[in-house]
Amino acid sequence: MDFDLTEDQRLLTDSVSRLLADNYGFEQRKQLLKAPTGWSETLWAQYAELGLLGLPFSEDFGGFGGSAVDVMLLMQSFGRHLVLEPYLATVVLAGTALRLAGSEEQQAELLPAIAAGERRLAFAHYERQARYDMTDLLTTAKPHGDGFLLEGAKSVVLHGDSADTLIVSARTAGGRDDAAGISLFLVDAASPGIARRGYALRDGSRAAELSFSAVQVPREALLGEQDNALPVIRRVVEAGIAAGAAEVVGAMEAMQAMTLDYLKTRVQFGKPIGENQALQHRAAEMMIALEQGRSMAMLAAMMLDEPNDAERERNISMAKVGVGQAGRFVSQNAVQLHGGIGMTEEYAIGHFFRRVMVFEHLFGDTAYHLDRLADQVA
Amino acid sequence: MDLRFTPEEVAFREEVRSFIAENLPRETRERMRLGYKPKKQEIIDWMRILNRKGWSAFNWPKEYGGPGWSAIQRMIFLEENLAAPAPELLSFNITMLGPVLIQFGTQAQKDHFLPRAKNLDDWWCQGFSEPGAGSDLASLRTRAERDGDHYVVNGQKIWTSTAHNADWCFCLVRTNPNAAKRQEGISFLLIDMKTPGVEVRPIISIDGSHHLNEVFFTDVRVPVENLVGEENKGWSVAKYLLGNERTGIARLGSSKAAVRRSKEVAREVRMNGRPLIEDRPFRTRVAQLEVDMKALEITQLRVVSAFAKAGGNKPDPISSVLKVKGTELLQNSSELLMDVGGPQAMPAWQQELAALSNEPEIGPDWAPQMAPAYLMLRAASIYGGTNEIQKNILNKAVLGL
Repeated sequence: MDFDLTEDQRLLTDSVSRLLADNYGFEQRKQLLKAPTGWSETLWAQYAELGLLGLPFSEDFGGFGGSAVDVMLLMQSFGRHLVLEPYLATVVLAGTALRLAGSEEQQAELLPAIAAGERRLAFAHYERQARYDMTDLLTTAKPHGDGFLLEGAKSVVLHGDSADTLIVSARTAGGRDDAAGISLFLVDAASPGIARRGYALRDGSRAAELSFSAVQVPREALLGEQDNALPVIRRVVEAGIAAGAAEVVGAMEAMQAMTLDYLKTRVQFGKPIGENQALQHRAAEMMIALEQGRSMAMLAAMMLDEPNDAERERNISMAKVGVGQAGRFVSQNAVQLHGGIGMTEEYAIGHFFRRVMVFEHLFGDTAYHLDRLADQVA
Repeated sequence: MDLRFTPEEVAFREEVRSFIAENLPRETRERMRLGYKPKKQEIIDWMRILNRKGWSAFNWPKEYGGPGWSAIQRMIFLEENLAAPAPELLSFNITMLGPVLIQFGTQAQKDHFLPRAKNLDDWWCQGFSEPGAGSDLASLRTRAERDGDHYVVNGQKIWTSTAHNADWCFCLVRTNPNAAKRQEGISFLLIDMKTPGVEVRPIISIDGSHHLNEVFFTDVRVPVENLVGEENKGWSVAKYLLGNERTGIARLGSSKAAVRRSKEVAREVRMNGRPLIEDRPFRTRVAQLEVDMKALEITQLRVVSAFAKAGGNKPDPISSVLKVKGTELLQNSSELLMDVGGPQAMPAWQQELAALSNEPEIGPDWAPQMAPAYLMLRAASIYGGTNEIQKNILNKAVLGL
């Protein structure tokens, strides 16, 4: 057992922190939000230069061969600054799908291009009616000539508006809710028949509704085994949970620091409000929640490579619950302890609050994962 | 960063587990599994078994008869001991007095008391709290006045756990009532409970047990060689004692055992015509506890490994996180277990029967200790520094408020 960072990990964290400190102040971020894509192409290029975009990819594909813990540290830094770029969508979600299911050719074509900052992907799986159910899939891919014809729609696809390539799940067999019969496809986002409506989520990050109407995809577009994509989709979602959990930890750290600062400087009744024990204890409880949440984010990262499916899924669910509850507690109390100013759009707390809120409602919320855990009580 | 235990740590756990399995007296294990507290003699016997193995002073350095374990090994050992379940090591002897004497004691004190403490030849208790000095310990008033080669002690201690079993008491007493700061007039004394003038009166707690006491001192003569550290410097000794490594403070093994037990009993009892274990709200409650225990387990590993890296001698205020969450979990898991028992957990027949002879027991064997455990654990967030005091510590020492 070992909680030390390696020299490489320390260097990584330091260089990312410097980059973000220079480029991701609250006011700077507001400017980035106004860009047409809702994030910064310039910073994306800088991430590529630093090697961040290929961090978890193998060196054979232009990556760094980094571990899940490396990604965790990076996401934590991103969380502290509410980074807007499509890292989760492209590198974590699509990257995981490619690594787990991609053929040699598919990986060779896409991973180095992602690492170089030249390609951006989105993972289009969840549908409007599905809520968090991974097998509730109405989108179909029917055989058509030498390939398939895609029909259906995907909802709240993270950074689906700016991706050039989509990884789309669709039924090649079976009916709604069947675990078998799901396949993944690599689809050019500019293909005829695809309509995209981009929008901002509540935290300012981008997503899209996608619809597929008689979209022709060639046979080579199949990513992984036909009819048997569910295990891959699960792993992709788990990677998303681990990365998002780390981001929430970063956001909680930022909220905790801002709140402490506020408690020490805001004066009421002639003294800093932090001298009131009711508020002091709330601050201590926030810290306790943050540390428990941090432990759970570590658990998620360290469990990603666990080969035993049941064990891995169970621990990832525990992490999602733990981080979800910690995130709610810390963010709600951060706003409360700030009072009125915490409610304003011009103050940063509310933005962190909304990031945590959005993540809680991705990849299965607290109730969903607690319910899965309840299933497994033995 | 790696959460997994090393093969050496796994092997160590296995060694501890099998030693406990082979050496813990069967009757003790069986009683404790049903939730009964170990009897005095069972605790003594178990401590001596561990001492023969060289493990009872699990956190002392090798030169004083400790096993020389790493912080991780100590944590594993305590966890296995709790999970067995085996009687806990008498903390007064092992985690409180031992480290204090090693740090502050004279050679004669070390030579005499340490070997006896780790073999439980002397049962120690802690004379800190007083009726007017609870969380505000520094306001204590028990007086010790120098008279030749003795201190003469007068005053009262309260909440003194196991004083009725104890041979000795380590005590905070006021040696200088006129010190500029209250903390500066306090000394740390070792008092033989057999000394004339020491009187122990029981306090029965809400679980019906006799665990707590009041201790009265009337002209109790204590030889000056029983002073630990310097006169009037007892506060730093006490601070060292309270801030000393608190590896086991979360007592996760106990919470785990209670949850495990809840699931076992939930297979036997029913809810709406089905085994309780199949009831959704019950399962969700268990799942939530398991999430919280997992988080605390990792937090504890982080604290322990950070502590080990820091050289392992500085009190770590983060251990207050372990105290708060650990005791919340103890309370929540004991609550769950009692709720599983339901009405069967409510009869107090045991206390009445205990006074009688060999009357047969009433009700299922899993029931009698559920409510007492729940009741007694309300104290977990009070003793050892209330959870509110722990939050004050976090504010001061970590958050800077």
